[in-house]
Amino acid sequence: MSPILITFYFLSAITLASAFLTIYSKNPIHSAIYLVICFFTIAGHYLLFNSQFLAIVHIIVYSGAIMVLFLFTIMLMNLNKEDEVHKPRITRLGAITICILMSVVLVTIFINSNPIVGDELPSTEDYQSIKKLGTLLLNEYMVPFEFASILLLVAMIGVVLLSKKEKTEK
Amino acid sequence: MDSAFIIEKSVLIVVVFAITMVMAMYSTWAERKVAAFLQDRVGPNRAGWGGLLQPLADGMKLFAKEEFEPDTKNRFLFFVGPAIAMSTALMTSAVIPWGDKLHIFGRDVVLQATDIDGSLLYIFAIVSIGVYGIMIGGWASNNKFSLMGAVRAASQMVSYEVAMGLSVIALIMMTGTLSLKEISIQQSGMNWNVFYQPVGFLIFLICAFAETNRTPFDLAECESELIGGYHTEYSSMKMGFYLFAEYANMFISSTILAVLYFGGYNYPGMQWMVDNVGVNTANILGIGVLFIKICFFIFFYMWVRWTIPRFRYDQLMNLGWKILIPLSIINIVITGICILAFK
Repeated sequence: MSPILITFYFLSAITLASAFLTIYSKNPIHSAIYLVICFFTIAGHYLLFNSQFLAIVHIIVYSGAIMVLFLFTIMLMNLNKEDEVHKPRITRLGAITICILMSVVLVTIFINSNPIVGDELPSTEDYQSIKKLGTLLLNEYMVPFEFASILLLVAMIGVVLLSKKEKTEK
Repeated sequence: MDSAFIIEKSVLIVVVFAITMVMAMYSTWAERKVAAFLQDRVGPNRAGWGGLLQPLADGMKLFAKEEFEPDTKNRFLFFVGPAIAMSTALMTSAVIPWGDKLHIFGRDVVLQATDIDGSLLYIFAIVSIGVYGIMIGGWASNNKFSLMGAVRAASQMVSYEVAMGLSVIALIMMTGTLSLKEISIQQSGMNWNVFYQPVGFLIFLICAFAETNRTPFDLAECESELIGGYHTEYSSMKMGFYLFAEYANMFISSTILAVLYFGGYNYPGMQWMVDNVGVNTANILGIGVLFIKICFFIFFYMWVRWTIPRFRYDQLMNLGWKILIPLSIINIVITGICILAFK
């Protein structure tokens, strides 16, 4: 086995284990911390694909920004077991049904997409470099890129507006 | 990858680790000495000449102290907190160019552990992870004061990361690269970035103070409201790790300030030295110059600590969100206009 393959198995094991533990752990803070570990291993997978930029940005955005805010909120809300709302049986049944349907869809997509993934073509261009990525994003994919940024801006303004409204009404 | 390369990098990594540790250790000594100097006292003078052995004595004391653990359900996380704080403080030094290159045994030894393409982004990634050490430690202490201290410190760090990132964007627009090595090379001569980006430098400096939780932004520690902040429940070497991580962070952020804005290892006449005296001498002098700059910034941290009174927490947040962020956005716009006009 090559070292890359060993690294891949190691990372995948941690990714899957931490993802399962995110769901199974009762304590919300432990869940959040397992999710952080999961994000880190996914960044490791990106590194295995030779995409440094994506890995670093993934760490900055997900582990560094989003999960910190998640942890923050959970810590401040101080969720305890006593506060947990009792879930009726119908909710659980619905959740299980949706989960099964979802997995059926995912497996079907996976099986069907298998032949499409052909042999990888060795590319002469170095997509690791940030310069290349920048020119690609701002030339070929200019419109989706701008739309994504507008979407984020709108979301940000929306949040500010929502949090302001509460104060003025009292 | 030949074995010489691996040996070269391993030696470099160990040396950088040792230097970071020693600098962090002696920062504690320097802090007391500078405080004493500014307040017209003598400072530590018992252990060793001029109190030079004081950090060792402190370390011994922290190691020998009784370990006390609070009644917490999260014993593991209680241990992990200081570990994360310490390791993130040390990880940043991997991408810093300590010097240009040395010529040893017929090989060009580059004085940088690794030069990745986005080393500036890497630093921001590590800085943003550093929050976890404080948050996890504060929460696992199972103490309201620790939690409030952790929340204060973390929200302060998260808020100032935004302004810090925006202030660096103006610099990146100017240099056109994210690699710290490239940035250092571009500043050769007296071509320092601080002359082109004075506002960006000022914002970065203020944010660096907030990121390292130093005075005037050390609101995570507040005796009358929060006792010791997030490390109230910590004792012995675990608390030592938190304090040590703070000094290591101070050292690293001083290094980044020196590399980004004050020319890194460059000094006037460096090219002349390389041509006439020799590569090794010129570059060893360069390392020395970089450390002089770093020491100046560390001194600056301490100087500010005993000069400027602390902020109130709402003032801190107002400064971060309402002054520094708009200012850095204006800085970006002006930089863009200047690049369009002059290049």
